[in-house]
Amino acid sequence: MQNEEIIKRINQLLIEEIEIDEAQISPSADLKKDLGIDSLDFVDLFVIIENNFGFKMKAEEMSDIKKLDDFYNYVIRRVHPN
Amino acid sequence: MGIYSVIGKNLVEVKNSLYEGKSGIIFDPVRKEMGFRSALTGMVERPALKGILDRRMRVGLPVQGEYAYLATVEALNNAGIDAAFMEKNAVGILYGNDSSALPVVESVDILRKKKDTMMIGSGYIFQSMNSTVSMNLSVIFKFRGINFTISGACASGSHAIGIGYLIIRQGLQEVIVCGGAQEINPESTASFDALNAFSTRESEPQKASRPFDRDRDGLVPSGGAATVILESYESAVRRGATILGEVAGYGFSSNGEHISLPNVDGPVAAMQLSLKEAGMDASGIDYINAHATSTPAGDENEAIAIDQIFGKSRPLVSSTKSMTGHEMWMGGASEIVYSTLMMNHHFVAPNINFDNPDEAAARLNIASHTIPFEIRAFLSNSFGFGGTNSSLVVRKING
Repeated sequence: MQNEEIIKRINQLLIEEIEIDEAQISPSADLKKDLGIDSLDFVDLFVIIENNFGFKMKAEEMSDIKKLDDFYNYVIRRVHPN
Repeated sequence: MGIYSVIGKNLVEVKNSLYEGKSGIIFDPVRKEMGFRSALTGMVERPALKGILDRRMRVGLPVQGEYAYLATVEALNNAGIDAAFMEKNAVGILYGNDSSALPVVESVDILRKKKDTMMIGSGYIFQSMNSTVSMNLSVIFKFRGINFTISGACASGSHAIGIGYLIIRQGLQEVIVCGGAQEINPESTASFDALNAFSTRESEPQKASRPFDRDRDGLVPSGGAATVILESYESAVRRGATILGEVAGYGFSSNGEHISLPNVDGPVAAMQLSLKEAGMDASGIDYINAHATSTPAGDENEAIAIDQIFGKSRPLVSSTKSMTGHEMWMGGASEIVYSTLMMNHHFVAPNINFDNPDEAAARLNIASHTIPFEIRAFLSNSFGFGGTNSSLVVRKING
């Protein structure tokens, strides 16, 4: 999966599964402040990511992820470890 | 008040069904495939709340919470209680609920398959707890008063109203949202089916629930949710609210005997206490909404108990479970809604399928068909496993 496809898929999942307003989606958006993703939504993101990208997120890896762009890069790194 | 029931999704539909003696019972082939002894159940469409409630409010809400949400929206609207009122006043919630089986089964199924609790997601914990309805609705509606669930088996909804009445009478709260909710799914009733307590009249689903009838062979499980807004008289008058009826008395007792077999003395004690609390004699009751679920022993014992207290005045009696099936945790609340609808629309709903009485039922004045009638006061019985009993007396204001 190309990086652009990964980003597109993440956006689609945020809109459909977490019901984030499409207009709020931008790489610089703060996950908590701008997108309203709280600690419970993160629990659901674990499930959504495993079901769609086939890897398990780890709670300790989430501490550095503040912006949506951080999240894109995290998923890209996990999908393409090398 | 408000309701989401197998005989209607709002008060108007339910009132019409009660008047017409309409049954909400179906044959569910899924239960047969699963190995149920009886595939009969009450059934109502699952509410579609996407676009009405946001995702966070929906993911923690089990199906009986969805029913309860819609019943409570209708009840608050009819009571004229809006967000502004709830912001200024501490509105409480006491709801009857005694299981939330499906989310427990589903979440453990995920764990067994994935072998990782992180794959369960965030919603199941809030769906799984017995207090799921009161916890979810208090967040959705922003209630700031008393907030907990009452689990008293098949008397849960009735006890919730009774406790709400006591708290308001004590002066601790002015408005409490009371009710009862019951999930409808095979997972929650499989172990009950194992007790041989359900009717197996599968060839005639709508004739299967036949309380007090000589040929009854068991109950039919059902569900939904019912909400009543309890409010102090002074607060209701101050707001100019339409007062549908007054909770005049709450009686309770425990049989102190068998876990599932009913007796006579326990229900007699509960009914007597409710009359005493209401300051009324038996002759003041015009209608009794019986608990009668269509089981041989339960209906017989209740008929004997009613006859002991009401043998002289012989008020009209019907079990609306003949139409709805046994709504279990919801039933004590829904039957207050059904009876209050009858009181406000001047009729007594029929005990359908009552073709031949047995010896005990023959002593009662059972309404086998719809009767135009002025109810000034009614008594509603709810009994449950463990021998818990609850009786509520409701009367017309100044009636």
